[in-house]
Amino acid sequence: MDTIAEIPKEEFILKCTSACAGCSDSLALRYVLKAAGQDTVLVVPACCTSVIQGIYPNTAFNIPVYNVAFAAAAACASGMSNALRSTGKKTNVIVYAGDGGTLDIGIQSLSGAFERGTDFLYICYDNEAYGNTGMQRSGGTPIGARTTTTPGGKTDVKKDIDAIVAAHDPPYMATACAAYPQDLFKKVQKALTFRGPTFIHLLAPCPPGWRFSTEKTVEMGKLAVKSGMWVLWEREYGKLSISAQSKAAIRKPIPLEEYLVPQGRFKGIDPKSLETLKQRLAKNIKKLTAEEAEV
Amino acid sequence: MKKIATGNKAVAEAVKQAKPEVVAAYPITPQTEIVEQIAEFVSTGELKSRYIPVESEHSAMAACIGASITGVRTFTATSSHGLLYMHEMTNWAAGARLPIVMANVNRSLGPGWNIWAEHTDSLQERDTGWLQVYVSTVQEAYDATLMAFRIAEHNDVLLPVMVNLDGFTLSHIMQPLDTVELGDYIPPIHLPFAIDPKNPAGYGGLTGPEQHFKFRWEIERSMRDSVPVIKETEADFARRFGRKYGFTDEYRCEDAEVVVIALGTLGKEAEVAIDMLRSEGIKAGSLRIRWLRPFPKIDLKGKEVVVIDRDYSFGFGGVLAGEIRAKCGVDVYSVIAGLGGQEVTYEDIAGFIRTRRIGKEFWFGVNDHV
Amino acid sequence: MYEIRIHSRGGQGGVTAARLLALAAIHDGKYATACPFYGAERRGAPIVSFVRIDDKPIRIYSQIKKPDLVVVLDASVMDVVDVLQGLKKGGSVLINSAHKREFPGFSTSNVDLTGIALKENLIVAGAPILNTPVLGALAKMGIISVDSAKKAIREMFSDERNVKAAEAAHREMSS
Repeated sequence: MDTIAEIPKEEFILKCTSACAGCSDSLALRYVLKAAGQDTVLVVPACCTSVIQGIYPNTAFNIPVYNVAFAAAAACASGMSNALRSTGKKTNVIVYAGDGGTLDIGIQSLSGAFERGTDFLYICYDNEAYGNTGMQRSGGTPIGARTTTTPGGKTDVKKDIDAIVAAHDPPYMATACAAYPQDLFKKVQKALTFRGPTFIHLLAPCPPGWRFSTEKTVEMGKLAVKSGMWVLWEREYGKLSISAQSKAAIRKPIPLEEYLVPQGRFKGIDPKSLETLKQRLAKNIKKLTAEEAEV
Repeated sequence: MKKIATGNKAVAEAVKQAKPEVVAAYPITPQTEIVEQIAEFVSTGELKSRYIPVESEHSAMAACIGASITGVRTFTATSSHGLLYMHEMTNWAAGARLPIVMANVNRSLGPGWNIWAEHTDSLQERDTGWLQVYVSTVQEAYDATLMAFRIAEHNDVLLPVMVNLDGFTLSHIMQPLDTVELGDYIPPIHLPFAIDPKNPAGYGGLTGPEQHFKFRWEIERSMRDSVPVIKETEADFARRFGRKYGFTDEYRCEDAEVVVIALGTLGKEAEVAIDMLRSEGIKAGSLRIRWLRPFPKIDLKGKEVVVIDRDYSFGFGGVLAGEIRAKCGVDVYSVIAGLGGQEVTYEDIAGFIRTRRIGKEFWFGVNDHV
Repeated sequence: MYEIRIHSRGGQGGVTAARLLALAAIHDGKYATACPFYGAERRGAPIVSFVRIDDKPIRIYSQIKKPDLVVVLDASVMDVVDVLQGLKKGGSVLINSAHKREFPGFSTSNVDLTGIALKENLIVAGAPILNTPVLGALAKMGIISVDSAKKAIREMFSDERNVKAAEAAHREMSS
């Protein structure tokens, strides 16, 4: 797919969501649903998406959305998928959850569903904090970032949920970014062709949370990938392939500062944290490129 | 010192002065401001605590239990589904006899998601062995939190204490707050059975049918022993800081022919309804229950009683109405109002009293008498 | 009791305006409560906040139905919200406006808070700060004293431009 014009026109996210101006969660979901199509159920734990749907008696999403308690999304999806498949239905079961609901409170049910080989797609849209409650730190918050519960900058590193999920040997997993809709579209389509648990970890830049102005959402996503802070890749049965945009970024990365400086959450970042960010970025790229090069 | 604060900030301010060694908490609307403020106090050094940003509320209570058993002061805060997720561990905390203090910002239960005030969350915890107090002003939120630590840690009690404040209606509004110079009001904590490698013991292990019930009785015995402790703690607070509280907050009840009973801010706004009704010649009074556990002695003989429940026990009735009937030996007019943050004004409350039908239940906004 | 309803959009500081006003009233020796109305609040959406001021402790928590004063910080909300709803007969309106507006039946005060904020360079994240200058206008209307307004502003904000903006609003407000 070379142009955005090849993405289907049908919209599953209707007008009048309750999203903030510049929200990448709803932007990404728009492409996720275009890739998944009408025969889809979305399972949504407590997260920004719970609010974006709008308030009773309306919903802004034109597919069934099952809202469920914070810790329970993957377990609920597991039950739902088993029930649908046992009655011969092929309906896509997609969990659409934030980083808090995936890396922290939702990790138990995520691990269980993956360990049992559940046939579903789990998408974690990661805005690197608890967005719905006003941007408190989560396991997904990078080191050095300011949140309302880490006013001096987080002192722990970002939890590597991809490694944790990979340890469950899913048939397909990938990273994506809201700023690259075609890449996301393709990955969702591909994930849905596999039977079994699939995982997409999607970077979702957040203007109020990361403190940048609302028209810069897509730009932030691109800077994340171009600096190497976020690497786009896929794993099919564990075999890694780095996506084209990240290959280009690895060849000629932009300095990490170009990504960090426009974000208020990194203002005045502790030099040690900055150093850790850079080291981990370098280590990650080295590890991924080495793995891909292995025959 | 006089300032203005939200209910949440007032709780955080009290926690800062109580100086817990460990705070373990997880964000949830409308409590989040409490833990954000505490995190900020810790980051600026105003509070020398370890703040543990745990991964869920079940873990928040588990972490508080782990910290508390070492003999240090601990605190957490939650609401609604967070409290529900904690439920196994709130039971554990009381059974483990740990003086943990928790602020619960009362919020309704889903589905559907609703972030506004309702008391069902904390009322579902009423069987656990936690002491429970319900506040109605920012000042009271601050004062009750300070007192909670002293009551919980008293060696005749050693049970956890929950301070409840209405979500948004109290947690997010600003009212005047007068902070105090604590001095030695809260004595240093001393847990007689704290973990000690020099004096090893097994905690909470297997207990058989011939022993277990004795531990359960001990919880109840301490719950009863907490009554004089609460009285004495509040009396000392009044002596030192000039503000009096009590198990209930009664307004114009002495010669009242009809009394309205409620928890939280509804119980405070009810006073405005009482003034209105009195000017109409109706001898009404309001009785706001503060301490729900231990359940207070309330004398309602000769009075007609209207109970407003901002909660419900499906298949049974309003929780407060049921408790009043059972403990006070009176029948009541049970009004179910304010669920999910439903707006209830002093005019509505006056209406409930004027149109009361003792023995009946009325769901405000839904239908007439059930 | 004096009841005030403030209309603005999320992110403009309407909630803080309520808090500042309550704080100033408390410095005047009154009782005051301030409360935001939390709908699906997010940046840009119309929001309302409430302030009650009284000489006795305030025991009302329910929403203000019949305000004495309506403050409109962002006139554009009037396209979607009936800002005059419930306004008491003989009540007042204070509106952030560069040109003179009138609301028949109600005494209206106009003050160009946006212009004042821009002149003082009181801008955060691209938006002019309206919640501190509005205190000057409220002081001119006699709701709070000038001294308490300044005290409240200084307690919440260290930047003295906030006080200057409030003083400008006090001078420039026209009734």
